Amino acid sequence: MLRQPLCRALALSSPARAVPLASRSYSNPVPAEPEKVEVFINDKPVYVAPGTTVLQAAAQVGVEIPRFCYHERLAVAGNCRMCLVEVERSPKPVAACAMPVMKGMRVKTDSDLTRKAREGVMEFLLVNHPLDCPICDQGGECDLQDQSMAFGSDRSRFTDVHFSGKRAVEDKDIGPLIKTIMTRCIHCTRCIRFASEVAGVDDFGTTGRGTDMQVGTYVEKMLLSELSGNVIDLCPVGALTSKPYSFAARPWETRRIDSVDVLDPLGSNIVVTTRTNEVLRILPRTNEEINEEWLSDKSRFACDGLKRQRLVTPMMTDSRGNLMPVDWEDAIVAAARALRDCPPNKLLAVAGDMADAESLVALKDLVNRLGSENTCTEQYFPLDGAGIDLRSSYLCNTKIANVEDADFVLLIGTNVRFEAPLLNARIRKAYVHKDTDVALIGPKVDLTYDYMHVGDSASVVKISPRGPEGSALLAYTQELACKLQDKLQDKEWKVLNVLQRTASQVAALDLGYQPGVGKALQDGPKVVYLLGADSGVVSRDQLPKDAFVIYQGHHGDAGAAMADVVLPGAAYTEKRATFVNAEGRAQQTLVAVAPPGMAREDWKIIRALSEVIGERLPYDNLDEVRDRLSEISPALVAYGDVQENNYFAQARALAQSLQKPVSGKLDVQLKHLEDFFMTDTISRASPTMAKCIQAVLKQKDSPY
Amino acid sequence: MAGALARVIQGTKSHLGIVGPLANINNVPKRFQNTEAPPAKSQYGPLSDCDRIFTNLYGRHDWRLSGALKRGDWYKTKEILNMGSDWIIGELKTSGLRGRGGAGFPTGMKWSFMNKPSDGRPKYLVVNADEGEPGTCKDREIMRHDPHKLVEGCLIAGRAIGARAAYIYIRGEFYNEASNLQVAIAEAYQAGLLGKNACSSGYDFDVFVHRGAGAYICGEETALIESIEGKQGKPRLKPPFPADIGLFGCPTTVNNVETIACSPTIVRRGGSWFASFGRTRNSGTKLFNISGHVNTPCTVEEEMSIPLKYLIERHAGGVIGGWENLLAIIPGGSSTPLMPKHVCETAIMDFDGLVACQSSLGTAAIIVMDKSTDIVKAIARLIMFYKHESCGQCTPCREGVSWMNKIMYRFVEGNASVKEIDMLWEISKQIEGHTICALGDGAAWPVQGLIRHFRPELERRMQAYACAYGPSRAERLY
Repeated sequence: MLRQPLCRALALSSPARAVPLASRSYSNPVPAEPEKVEVFINDKPVYVAPGTTVLQAAAQVGVEIPRFCYHERLAVAGNCRMCLVEVERSPKPVAACAMPVMKGMRVKTDSDLTRKAREGVMEFLLVNHPLDCPICDQGGECDLQDQSMAFGSDRSRFTDVHFSGKRAVEDKDIGPLIKTIMTRCIHCTRCIRFASEVAGVDDFGTTGRGTDMQVGTYVEKMLLSELSGNVIDLCPVGALTSKPYSFAARPWETRRIDSVDVLDPLGSNIVVTTRTNEVLRILPRTNEEINEEWLSDKSRFACDGLKRQRLVTPMMTDSRGNLMPVDWEDAIVAAARALRDCPPNKLLAVAGDMADAESLVALKDLVNRLGSENTCTEQYFPLDGAGIDLRSSYLCNTKIANVEDADFVLLIGTNVRFEAPLLNARIRKAYVHKDTDVALIGPKVDLTYDYMHVGDSASVVKISPRGPEGSALLAYTQELACKLQDKLQDKEWKVLNVLQRTASQVAALDLGYQPGVGKALQDGPKVVYLLGADSGVVSRDQLPKDAFVIYQGHHGDAGAAMADVVLPGAAYTEKRATFVNAEGRAQQTLVAVAPPGMAREDWKIIRALSEVIGERLPYDNLDEVRDRLSEISPALVAYGDVQENNYFAQARALAQSLQKPVSGKLDVQLKHLEDFFMTDTISRASPTMAKCIQAVLKQKDSPY
Repeated sequence: MAGALARVIQGTKSHLGIVGPLANINNVPKRFQNTEAPPAKSQYGPLSDCDRIFTNLYGRHDWRLSGALKRGDWYKTKEILNMGSDWIIGELKTSGLRGRGGAGFPTGMKWSFMNKPSDGRPKYLVVNADEGEPGTCKDREIMRHDPHKLVEGCLIAGRAIGARAAYIYIRGEFYNEASNLQVAIAEAYQAGLLGKNACSSGYDFDVFVHRGAGAYICGEETALIESIEGKQGKPRLKPPFPADIGLFGCPTTVNNVETIACSPTIVRRGGSWFASFGRTRNSGTKLFNISGHVNTPCTVEEEMSIPLKYLIERHAGGVIGGWENLLAIIPGGSSTPLMPKHVCETAIMDFDGLVACQSSLGTAAIIVMDKSTDIVKAIARLIMFYKHESCGQCTPCREGVSWMNKIMYRFVEGNASVKEIDMLWEISKQIEGHTICALGDGAAWPVQGLIRHFRPELERRMQAYACAYGPSRAERLY
């Protein structure tokens, strides 16, 4: 059923492998060939590349053929038989998803034969499918429901339900994210193919045969993948549904707002589903450039963290040092007083993981107006040499989608599987389909594909942007990348890619924030303004005793706990805000729900604060803030675009002097799956993520 | 099972379309119409002893190499190999040999698909010895009593298609047969007939035996390939056909044991000798397995186109209780539609003759049922077999066959509505031709045969049930 091993075997043995495989195996469009084949779909001529399937050809003329097992991003299985169509001069209907077009083929998607075939298959699918739509979470977005309305018969002939009943299948426990009701399964095997092809965990499969065939894990075990939630979207029926979302809402009751994910640096496109001012679930939104149609489990399931641990009212410490709720006015006045009275060189602003560009620019403008240059981000990045002066030094220049075209990927000091799961899925795709070789310098981790482990010592690489010798390491990487670049035929290809780890980092660096707080903390700041800075790099111990801490953010986490004044902000689902992802692509979130309680949009809080301080920031609405953003860098408001960056040679020249010997070991923070689930304030507040960690740890103790 | 499942090929023009220009040779649709071509002979059978290919079918002689050499196996194999691929395929084409596994695809043509210019991949021959079709017992006779015919056949067929090695996928239950076959292969290696420079012809060829694990579906050629590769035996989608992407992703030909085992004799005695038996397009000799209600059940080699009645009376000692006691015959293994007595009177045992009777030659496993048979229960039992052996991959077979099974067992009691007979017919038609492999077809045909010829019996049972217990619940529900 799964053709991958076959392809791999072929790949190893045969140089001409692409030729015979082109006819099937993967549904990816075949690269445009000069010779196109003419086929007729319902007598409408269409020219398609050879190797295209009948189903794809039909899609080109707008004829949609019903399907269950076929999915354009997975291998072709051809087992549901729903896509059977009549082809002239063929006595039997053919499976459109698997049949490559042939010259002059005449396909009839609406003939009697086709319709009868579909009706027959639909009847068979419903024979053992429970009629529990009223209690099924897939109801309203179920392919089986929709297609049985469109293509099924209008009455049932299954009298045997009264004699022997329907098949019942035991449900499987595959973890806290996916609820299984296996009786509903129609055995399309999409989940199996997704798990083994995209997610790279071969846990799913079929056992038994005939009507006893079951989809499952054979021995009961958790689906240990950071992409497991996608099987919920893939499942055409209600066999795999979301456990946290179970029985929560019907799709027609909800509002869907397009937005952007901020829990990892990729900025995956999402749809936020809400009802009565509550985020119910998050689904991926197709964006070929970034996340295709997948979403990582953290981005998908951490949304219940948006309802917990929230800061809903401004707070100030009372005389006993406890945070007590206060009015906005009091909090703003107290914060303003502290800021105004602070000597400029003792003022420090720190931006956290999920700060949006608007609040970042407002905070920076305010701090600058107060005479300080101390604006930092929590994440470290080397500043020597070209540092952050050249944008190409801190971006994923190749762009995420182009990773698929890479011939060789060298990963340095990163566990890309957990830092950016969908980038890892792209690398895996390249590895599977294009035989891209991957090498890793850093601790040995499971990336779901084979790679060459070069070692974890920095002397192998001479690089580690996070270690003490970060600048030297970056310099070496730049040197290496430039050397490789010179050898490439394709001068447009960018060799150097830096993967930032948080959603705010790129925008912050674009705006001129200094990466890392180390130096600023040594100066002993008197007032610290934390903009969602919760990762723990700033703590009370490092600050002078009398330091005044202002925390602005949406979750009560490490930052709020040490603050003297807390200003409640909005989470990414509650504001229209700009985020720049790791490749430098600006995208905006939209308001899905209103901020809870007295919380406000972040840039507005800072704007209000500036008014009280007396250093009024010159923007009164979002458009004016964005004008200010574009003044600093037009890339920040060029939504959806990535601007080309090409100053590799200059960066290399500036870094020449930094190439001194390095030593020490490279390390990554997220080594195992259990490290992945809780990395920021939202996911730390999420009960689902907590359950995931528990389940993973439990699974690790299991003998399977 | 073997080729009975592969029967799907004969109906699939798309297959021939893939092959391109060869599609013009397309004799498949014509085959059904050209039976009226004037036969060269007027009487077929009995086969004389000097024309038998399988001369140790009953194990009366030594099955080892020394005995095989006495019977003429491995005689001038080197010369045959040196005649080259085109000559061997030419002889096969002349002989008109059609695949003996059930589908009846012309073997010469099948082999010639492998003669495309090499792209560097090795080619393989796979021998389908997963004989699981109920009623069929021809391949096991070859493998336990004449294994050298098969081993030599592998070498010659391998030479013809340019294969590097042959894999014999033998049914797991055939323990003794696999053992004999393994001994025969070892003998051949020791005698220098296989391996490097096989038969001193300068041609390197290996033969491997792979034992199955007892799944009927692994007799389907692509499921068999998957099984050899170590995966679940689930049929692959076609296209691509095994001749393009087969075993381990390399061009592969899958042939039945009997096809391979009779090829050395064909090339040795000449294609025209073989073609002299049977009607045109149905030429040759064939192993017939006669089982069921006959006096002496047997496996016998006979000429193609022999009349069914004559075959049974001559070799199987006639139907128990006389010909008049005959109820029905399944002529080609369990997946072919049955034929009632009046059809059997005149049935001709060859591909076209049985198609004319709305049945199929299949593996030529004749199952005779006399009037003591509960025909509905017999067919129901067959459907239960197919339900059990369905791989579960594609919908119509997985769901449809088990549904048919439920209905059939109600029919056995008569606990059903007369209207459900038509429904069952429709369900069988919804399965047939809609599946990945031919198991769905093989499950649908017995039911169709039953309804076609025994509808009154079904209705009688329903009436009897209604008289005894009142109208069936299905009557009210449907």
